[in-house]
Amino acid sequence: MIERLVANARVVAALGARSVKQTARRPQLAAPLVIFPTALLAIQTGGAGRAVDLPEFPPVESFLAFMLAGAMVQSVMLAGNSGGIALALDIEMGFTDRLFAAPISRFGVVLGRLAGTAALGAMIALWFVAIGLIFGVEFEEGVAGVLWIVVLVSASSLAFGGIGAAIALKSGKASVVQGLFPLVFVILFLSTAFFPANLMLEPAASVAEYNPLSFIVEGIREPIVAEFQLADQLEAVAAILGIGLFGIALSWVALRARARTGG
Amino acid sequence: MRANVETVRALVRRAMNEITRVPGAAIPGVLAPTIFFLGLTAVFGNLTLLPGFDSESYQSFLVPVSMMQGAAFTGAATGVNLARDIEAGWFDRLLSSPAPRPVLLAGLVLSASLRSLIPATFLLIVALAVGAHWPGLLGLIVAYAVTMMMAVVAATWGTSLALKFRTQSAAPLMQVGMLLLVLTTTAYAPLDLLSGWLQEVARVNPVTQVVEAARQGFVGDVTWADTWPGLLALAGLAAVFTFFALRGMRRMTIN
Repeated sequence: MIERLVANARVVAALGARSVKQTARRPQLAAPLVIFPTALLAIQTGGAGRAVDLPEFPPVESFLAFMLAGAMVQSVMLAGNSGGIALALDIEMGFTDRLFAAPISRFGVVLGRLAGTAALGAMIALWFVAIGLIFGVEFEEGVAGVLWIVVLVSASSLAFGGIGAAIALKSGKASVVQGLFPLVFVILFLSTAFFPANLMLEPAASVAEYNPLSFIVEGIREPIVAEFQLADQLEAVAAILGIGLFGIALSWVALRARARTGG
Repeated sequence: MRANVETVRALVRRAMNEITRVPGAAIPGVLAPTIFFLGLTAVFGNLTLLPGFDSESYQSFLVPVSMMQGAAFTGAATGVNLARDIEAGWFDRLLSSPAPRPVLLAGLVLSASLRSLIPATFLLIVALAVGAHWPGLLGLIVAYAVTMMMAVVAATWGTSLALKFRTQSAAPLMQVGMLLLVLTTTAYAPLDLLSGWLQEVARVNPVTQVVEAARQGFVGDVTWADTWPGLLALAGLAAVFTFFALRGMRRMTIN
């Protein structure tokens, strides 16, 4: 039993490392995760930075401090999408079939991909923390806050990766997963990723109040701009767990269907 | 001359056939600018409350930016499609035909210019439905003309990159490059309300003049004084990127 677990853990680690290397080596997978959210962060900070002067804007040190959490979440959602595209490409090329024929847990193959996505999430968090520090953001909760941000962002990455993997397993086509790219932005715009809900226009403001993504964003944002509030952090963790379990359950169902029908 | 016109027409017809035969491939390019428009107006709509914001409606302020985005995506898609044709060997067959290479470029660019009307019109209908101001006939003509010319700029940019890299992997570069050019302008707010580096970049970015020219009818009156700088900027950008695209065409050898 333990031997089997160790063997599966090795498979997950190896496939996770492969997933990270694959993303780093393919610019079309890596660029959307880093370049696009960073560029958008810079442009939105410069373009809408004066929003902090609006009377009802929450007290923050700068608009960049407010926007960092949104950029991180945007990036991990794109990481989940990119992970799904990479998995779909593996399916299209027959690599996944070879793995399924090997004497290893089939779900371990999916978990390996998700482990890689989670590792990318941690790197994404560190990237944006570095950008924040370079451009003068003072993290209110210090080092402990930064470490907690890395945990939340990495876990969010795994959660969104589960949904990307499920769609890849169900469709088996990279183009289908790639087509979800605009949907990422729909969900982002309907959350508090880029602006406080009280200053958004209706109906987006009302949707943002209940969008699970808003809870995740606020959980990540809090250690940057304010002090920890346990209730906010629990809401963030619950939202990540909810999305993660939903994605993993969908992946499991799609994997079983793929194994049963062969594609 | 007549043969050249026929070649351009055939290339334009081929590009249009792609829309009717593979509509799924065109949908993201049509929807993306509208999604960005609706999302950004919902998120940043209250920026109009800032003192000095020269429009009461953020929808009206943002429509021309999204039209430029649509043109940029359409132009970039022309580059991606060309890279696909190069990879598949179809472009080699075009090059071995007696058609002059500038004519081939003209066909690609003109098709992008016409295709840009699709996302622009879709966006405009949605924008007017959610409260953007009617720009008047003259404002509409200026906005459409600027959109089509922006698509020419984006298509020559995409084409020059496709000819340089000869792979669809260069697609993000084509898309992000144009998107940055459009967004580092007065896209989100008037020049005086931009902060830090963006204000400096927007001041010298020629596309700022393009956005302002397209915006006139939506936020006020159309004047020649606000139109010609945009047209001049478009002509300059198109000349530069056409030079690179033509150079790429000339350097292309048949495999």
